[in-house]
Amino acid sequence: MKKKSVSQAIGFGLLRFCIIVVLMILVVILYDIFSKGKEAVSWEFLSAMPRNGMTEGGILPAIVGTFLVTVITAILAIPLGMGCAIYLNEYASHGKITRLIRMSIRNLSGVPSIVYGLFGVVLFVQLMKLDTSILASGLTLGLMTLPWTITASEEALKGVPRAYREGSLALGATKWQAIRTNVLPYAIPGMLTGAILGLARAAGETAPILFTGAAFSLPFLPKSLSDQFMALPYHLYIMATQHHAIEKVRPIAYGTALVLIALIFCMNFFAVVLRYKLRKVKVE
Amino acid sequence: MTIATEKNKVQLKSIGFSDRAYGRSVEENKIKIVVEDFNFFYGKTHALKNINMKIRSNAVVGIIGPSGCGKSTFLRCFNRMNDTINNIRYQGDISVDGNNIFDKDLDVVDLRRNVGMVFQKSNPFPKSIFENVAYGLKINGINDKDFIQERVEKSLKDAALWSEIKDRLNESAFSLSGGQQQRLCIARALAVEPEILLLDEPASALDPIATGKIEELIHELKKKYTIVIVTHNMQQAARVSDYTAFFMLGELVEYDFTNKIFTNPLKKITEDYVTGRFG
Amino acid sequence: MMKRYLDDELKQLNINILKMAAMVEEAIHRSVEALRKQDKKEALSVIKNDQKIDDMEVAIEEEVIDLFALFQPLACDLRFITTGMHINTELERIADLTVNISQRVLDLADQPLVKPVNDIDKLANQAKVMVKNSIDSFVNRDQELAKEVIFSDKESNRLRTSIIRELIDDYMMKDSSSIPKAVPLLLVARDLERICDHAASIAEDVIYMIQAKVIKHHRELL
Repeated sequence: MKKKSVSQAIGFGLLRFCIIVVLMILVVILYDIFSKGKEAVSWEFLSAMPRNGMTEGGILPAIVGTFLVTVITAILAIPLGMGCAIYLNEYASHGKITRLIRMSIRNLSGVPSIVYGLFGVVLFVQLMKLDTSILASGLTLGLMTLPWTITASEEALKGVPRAYREGSLALGATKWQAIRTNVLPYAIPGMLTGAILGLARAAGETAPILFTGAAFSLPFLPKSLSDQFMALPYHLYIMATQHHAIEKVRPIAYGTALVLIALIFCMNFFAVVLRYKLRKVKVE
Repeated sequence: MTIATEKNKVQLKSIGFSDRAYGRSVEENKIKIVVEDFNFFYGKTHALKNINMKIRSNAVVGIIGPSGCGKSTFLRCFNRMNDTINNIRYQGDISVDGNNIFDKDLDVVDLRRNVGMVFQKSNPFPKSIFENVAYGLKINGINDKDFIQERVEKSLKDAALWSEIKDRLNESAFSLSGGQQQRLCIARALAVEPEILLLDEPASALDPIATGKIEELIHELKKKYTIVIVTHNMQQAARVSDYTAFFMLGELVEYDFTNKIFTNPLKKITEDYVTGRFG
Repeated sequence: MMKRYLDDELKQLNINILKMAAMVEEAIHRSVEALRKQDKKEALSVIKNDQKIDDMEVAIEEEVIDLFALFQPLACDLRFITTGMHINTELERIADLTVNISQRVLDLADQPLVKPVNDIDKLANQAKVMVKNSIDSFVNRDQELAKEVIFSDKESNRLRTSIIRELIDDYMMKDSSSIPKAVPLLLVARDLERICDHAASIAEDVIYMIQAKVIKHHRELL
């Protein structure tokens, strides 16, 4: 009896230790970035162009660039991802081929982002002649996000009880009617949440945009989608490793990191709120 | 009737003996569903073997049998609900009013409108009570608001639910009790005016009072519908059905008047099952 | 209270038992009339009619078995149905007794009666009233009436004993040639008293149905 309770205490202790370690790491990183970055962040920092070889001024072009790229990513990844998920989950027969496709998608989500970057160069920049641009980068990120959105959307569809489909079919609905009226409305919150989390991840990626459109420094805003652009993660990468006066621009690097983290946090938060709101509507 | 013979039955009627239900009341109705040499396969599993069965209109047919005997699978053949499953195969015929339901020209959507189904677990949609009942009408392209209103009311009345919920039609269907939810599902099935109702263990998750209400409802519904009910509760089959079919291992072992099955079944194995000596 | 399908079935059983009772009461009446009027044709008709009552008994019995098998009745439903089953059997036995009486009419074969049938009439009346009251007590769930039936059984015993004694003492002992004519009457008296016994038995069942108390063989419990 006693032995048992001792081993239980040890087990719990270990688990508790794991969670503490993880939380500590997170807290340390956040604290470090926040304490060092808060000095740099000001209204000017958010709204001005970089000046003086990026040693002064703000990061507005990077914010705008990241925003535009993310929008392109969303436009590609969300509808396509949902469509694929609906097909895979509702229409495809449960054969070997479907299983293969599904496995491939899972594997794609594990492919390093730099590979997507190279692929984007070949397909969008060179083959489709989009040149290095917002569009090319957005599409590349879109491709990278697709496996993620497909998987998340499929999970959301799986979460809709079979009874809703069958109940609808039994009343004389066609398959599409059943899906449209009695499956999608309940799957969409989950699908959107998954998509937004995917976008948040894409917004923080550097490698895929490295070759497809992100510019080292552009002291003006992009005029069209075929322009090059600055992006927060790439800007951070440059400021932290490539700049000629690394020590001098360190506060700017921290400020950029803080803005990027805040942006991603906001997107995740929005996803959670959206899920909560839509779920509430569903239940009522 | 076992001892009092056909001849005596007529005599008894002449002296005022009132003959009772249990199939005899529907004995002369026309035949609604014919199942002929029907086989069903799940992949390599031979789930239903050579089923032959006739169902009269406005009869209640109870299907009983141990778990896994194929009774639910059989029920789901009548509206081709099994089509949603992969790797299935039919052999033989099922016809409703003389039309083979596996005919290539037959629209399965029409079939399902005509053959309503209520599932084991009540499955109201996450919509309002009204929207649940109106759902079948809307997907069938009916938009006339007055008509929908009228039909929803009628269906809820037929499902003996109207008086309980008429003031809360816009509340979520999930606010209803389990028994009410199941009657809502029946109302939803009735709204598209089917001729046949398939009930797949409709009361298995309900308490005795709610079960009693569903059973009473079935007695009322058979005036308008032909009903096939699968149940693992033998007493329920005894109470509600005119005819009872006993399935085992995918075979139709015995199919007869309910009172015959429960008082004097033809086969030993049926007797063992209904008396609980099984296995 | 919730409307139950079983209630319709029970009502049906009730009606069938009442029809059976009506037929049996008529059989009592007609057999006694046949005796009084020495009407062989009527007696034959009662005997023939018994087949219908037998069929009815079988049909009701099957109905009851179906009710047991299909509805698993409990508590008051259970008592009602078992009581109905007993009443059905008792009624059929009463009908058999009316056949016996009718056969005695045939045995007498046009011989004039040895004695006026006044007191036999009285016993016959008693039997009819008791059967009628016992059935009424069943229909109306009237325990007072049922008790009355049970108590009046004593009177029927008294009447029978006095008739038999009179037949033996005043006729058979005095004139042995009257025996063939007296014995049938003696048997009729016995049969009529038995009808009363069955009526009392029905009343006991009614008490059981209402109070769930078995008073058979223990009338002091009443």
